[in-house]
Amino acid sequence: MSIDTNTGVGAASGMGTSLAARTLAARHRLRWWEPLPWLLAIGFYFAFPRYLGFGTEMLITILFAISLDLALGYAGIITLGHAAFFGAGAYTVGILAKHGIWTEPITGLLWAAMVAGLVGLASGLVLLRTTGLTLLMLTICTMGLLEELANMGAEYTGGFDGLDSLPIQPVFGVFEFDVLYSTTQYLYVLGVLLVCFVFVRTLVYSPFGHSLTGIRENTLRMHAVGAPVRMRLVVCYAISAALAGVAGALWAQANAYVNLSVLGLDRAATVLIVLVLGGYGRLYGGFVGAIAYMVLSHFLSKLYPSAWQLGLGLMLVVIALFARGGILGIGASLWHGHDKQRDAS
Amino acid sequence: MTALLETRSLSKSFGALRATRDVSFKLEQGARHALIGPNGAGKTTFINLLTGVLKPSAGTVLLKGNDITHVAQAERVKLGIARTFQINRLFRGLSVLENVYMAIAERVGAAPNMFVPAGSRRDVIDEAMELLTRLKLADVAHKTIPELPYGRQRLVELAITLGLKPEVLLLDEPAAGVPSAESHIILDAIDALPKSIGVLIIDHDMDLVFRFAQRITVLVRGAMFAEGTPKEIGANPDVRAVYLGQAAHA
Repeated sequence: MSIDTNTGVGAASGMGTSLAARTLAARHRLRWWEPLPWLLAIGFYFAFPRYLGFGTEMLITILFAISLDLALGYAGIITLGHAAFFGAGAYTVGILAKHGIWTEPITGLLWAAMVAGLVGLASGLVLLRTTGLTLLMLTICTMGLLEELANMGAEYTGGFDGLDSLPIQPVFGVFEFDVLYSTTQYLYVLGVLLVCFVFVRTLVYSPFGHSLTGIRENTLRMHAVGAPVRMRLVVCYAISAALAGVAGALWAQANAYVNLSVLGLDRAATVLIVLVLGGYGRLYGGFVGAIAYMVLSHFLSKLYPSAWQLGLGLMLVVIALFARGGILGIGASLWHGHDKQRDAS
Repeated sequence: MTALLETRSLSKSFGALRATRDVSFKLEQGARHALIGPNGAGKTTFINLLTGVLKPSAGTVLLKGNDITHVAQAERVKLGIARTFQINRLFRGLSVLENVYMAIAERVGAAPNMFVPAGSRRDVIDEAMELLTRLKLADVAHKTIPELPYGRQRLVELAITLGLKPEVLLLDEPAAGVPSAESHIILDAIDALPKSIGVLIIDHDMDLVFRFAQRITVLVRGAMFAEGTPKEIGANPDVRAVYLGQAAHA
């Protein structure tokens, strides 16, 4: 019997060795299909010039979902309050612009990222001592507190009415934001999304990203290999918050207004649904989820104006029951299904 | 001579329960030491005190003569104290190689880096593959944990810990749950550990303990009950009464 195992090991080791090492070494390389979403996004610009407002909203949702994916999908931080950071970014840009302090859009994003990141850092230092349901509730509480703060501080935030007609300077001092067709907004948001995405992609394939996955997969073991677990989580949470802040800032700039909806539970729940729908912890889940969610809700609300959310709900139930990996998970298992079957037999 | 790892009058209470009572214990450099005791003797609590998961109620822990009683868990790992778990604690969704990468990346300080791909740290990958080859896991390095039989999963548990290059290795029931047909792969791996490491093995498997240990400490109800060579412990009538006898009946 021992002879059997030994020959098995000897025969397979050469292949297994190089396969595992090669897979890990090539994990971060660009795959052939990765430019596709960007080409599609540019194609959309030319194909649907009248839908660019819708497209802009979609791109912002993608960025927001990617920021959530970093915390939830990669590090396993259970949160239902991510709109806190979206809102922090949106209000940063809104308040700075409305009061004439800062109206340049690109540097405005940096301010938004910084403020949202600091809110993430401060709340993360407190919240990330907890896990599971407690953490979930605390993230909702944080968002609720911020929402109430925005509601109460009417002098700065416009309270319930929010801030409208935000004066935002042209991008690069040249390209005016177009309220009717959103052409500038669309390309501007697409550019920012690309930069943020490249950043997140680099991060998740880095040793730091690998250790976040480790925390998600087995927190206790990460402690036992000497990882400063809580610090990693706080850093990840703050980065995720900063990115959500950028998404919120883009939303405020593109629409030229902010209101309490940016901090609402509705928005936080929607982005979670988007991510679950697309597939979390998969980098492209945000893209697929946002497109699926927004296209579905767009057409369903046209078809059944009174009960369109029923269709989304059903789809979510199916995903939750049968396809935990979301749409991308289904795709991946179809793609690999054949290999796996061959392996097993 | 200073012991590699030492405890002095170490105690831990959970409310009224005294899980560890006044334990003064020494693990020497390069030792093969076993800690045995009936269920509920406080073996796991003792390990948690050594690794810094728990803070003692009284007493001190020393590593090479330095007081580390108040050093946090992660820091103790950096100082060279590493453990395996009685129940596997693995990164189940990742490949075997990625599991071991995790530990080595922490040890060499690669883990905090956000801006280079994990795959570009060839030094970490090569070291991980070398370790896996030594433990005869190279052929399954690309597989995820659930794809492995339990015995080999236990080996991955050991591989992660060895990736930390510990000076003190605490093995918590390394062969627990492994079918007897596979247990030889664990025993072989333990036999092949570098001689310089001080190893403390916690187990009730008497065959394993007597085969492996040069020295045995018996823990009963949180306190040190007896200590000696396997021969002495095997011949000790008190130990036979409270523990070995009990085990023989069970």
